Amino acid sequence: MTLSFLIYKIILVVVVFAVTLVVAMYSTYAERKVAAFLQDRIGPNRAGPFGILQPLADGIKMFMKEEVIPGASNKALFIIGPSLVLLTACMTGVVIPWGSPLIIDGTVYPLQITDVNIGILYLFGVISLGVYGIMIGGWASNNKYSLLGAIRASSQMISYEVAMGLSIIALVMTTGTLSLSQIAEQQHGWHWNVLVQPLGFFIFIICAFAETNRAPFDLPECETELVGGYHTEYSSMKLGFFLFAEYINMFISSAVIATFYFGGYNMPFIERFVQDPNWLAILGVVFLFMKIVFFIFVFMWVRWTLPRFRYDQLMNLGWKILIPLSLLNIVITGAVMMREEIFQLLFK
Amino acid sequence: MQLTNRSKVVVKKEMTLAERLYIPAIFSGMIITFKHLFRKKVTIQYPEQTREVSKIWRGQHVLKRDEIGAERCTACGLCAVACPAEAITMIAAERKPGEEHLYREEKYAATYEINMLRCIFCGDCEEACPKEAIFLTDRKVESLYTRAELVYGKDILVEAIEKDKRVDVTVRETPEVAEFKAHKEFGHNTVFENKKN
Repeated sequence: MTLSFLIYKIILVVVVFAVTLVVAMYSTYAERKVAAFLQDRIGPNRAGPFGILQPLADGIKMFMKEEVIPGASNKALFIIGPSLVLLTACMTGVVIPWGSPLIIDGTVYPLQITDVNIGILYLFGVISLGVYGIMIGGWASNNKYSLLGAIRASSQMISYEVAMGLSIIALVMTTGTLSLSQIAEQQHGWHWNVLVQPLGFFIFIICAFAETNRAPFDLPECETELVGGYHTEYSSMKLGFFLFAEYINMFISSAVIATFYFGGYNMPFIERFVQDPNWLAILGVVFLFMKIVFFIFVFMWVRWTLPRFRYDQLMNLGWKILIPLSLLNIVITGAVMMREEIFQLLFK
Repeated sequence: MQLTNRSKVVVKKEMTLAERLYIPAIFSGMIITFKHLFRKKVTIQYPEQTREVSKIWRGQHVLKRDEIGAERCTACGLCAVACPAEAITMIAAERKPGEEHLYREEKYAATYEINMLRCIFCGDCEEACPKEAIFLTDRKVESLYTRAELVYGKDILVEAIEKDKRVDVTVRETPEVAEFKAHKEFGHNTVFENKKN
């Protein structure tokens, strides 16, 4: 491990971290704009031209707010909760391949912080850690609404992680790898996984909505029943962390969906126009971000269209529909992959 | 009973498979919201844009002066009596010799206050006034920070003496209004009936 390698990695980490935060920041702005446009309104337009300074104003507001730690709460856990949520949200970005490798003076610079060969497992591990933040936060608040919200969040996330994992198993069967960079590489040109795994993609995106606690699965913070759910007692920037983590999760989920199913940084037919691999890598980053922005828009579009599920409907959908469907998906995938062997077995 | 042609009879039946999947319904809903992205925005950006109001909009009151600039109000208190929100208070005073150019009659309102937070802008004060002294205008009452500021006194309510700074209330002080006021037996509907006949 040379020093230049270390410096390069540090730079990459900082850049990815900064980009994640900026995208999450502007997702809050985009959310308000999309919501407004879907409701025939204009949305924030006072802070700066078209209101583009609105996230800054929101951030300043969050920091300036009075910080209340309830007397009956467990203070240490109360602070750990939102910190953990934000930490895990930021940790997921490291395995995502943001572009094909850059080659400068014969040295290869991969646009991925770390290419662990079990990237998918890492991703799932970190995502499931995120629920601890919500649970700890909700528990430490010592408030019935917070607790109920936390319970809902944890049961929802655990339920949907099963279906999500099963839908990914089918993907792993077809790709034959757990490394995200290889998955992205395999989807060169038109070989996007969504064409191979449409059902898997469908299950995955539904589970992604549930995992990020967004409408129509935003029961943990369901304001009509639970005041604010697990963040009822939170104020100031600790509340901001919870809300911000949701947007970071949304960004990472979009990146993961794009990488798993929509070719990651690949764009069909681009090789006909650009040959230089470095330019291709940079364009790949742009394409990936275009896909991410599209999926973030879909997240918002769904949120401002669909009403919230009832809790029993949520559990029904998770356990009785999505899990059988994803199992079926695995069976079908396996059968198609082994079609010749099955053919021989039946008609020999 | 059918009230509109949009009413739908609710039938509690088993949902079909397509309905239970929710997918078609979800997609049709998303298409509807997507169409709204391109709709004309209904927002009126208030300080820059204002909503169009009626010609006889009932806004901030004015206390009129007569031709020579004397206040028309004689502090009879009918407006205060008529006011359903009890927003008007006044203290009457007697005109001193030499103040004829300031007050039209021997009695005048030394203070005249309308609490704009109480006022419901119904226009009953205007209707009750026998001296054509108070009118509602098309000016909007501004938003202020304290309650005290919103109790308007004579300094705000009485119009300026200068002819060119007078408040125009011709849309509200019409011959029809004068006719209506002249006949105390009229209600709103009787005037309407008379016009028709």
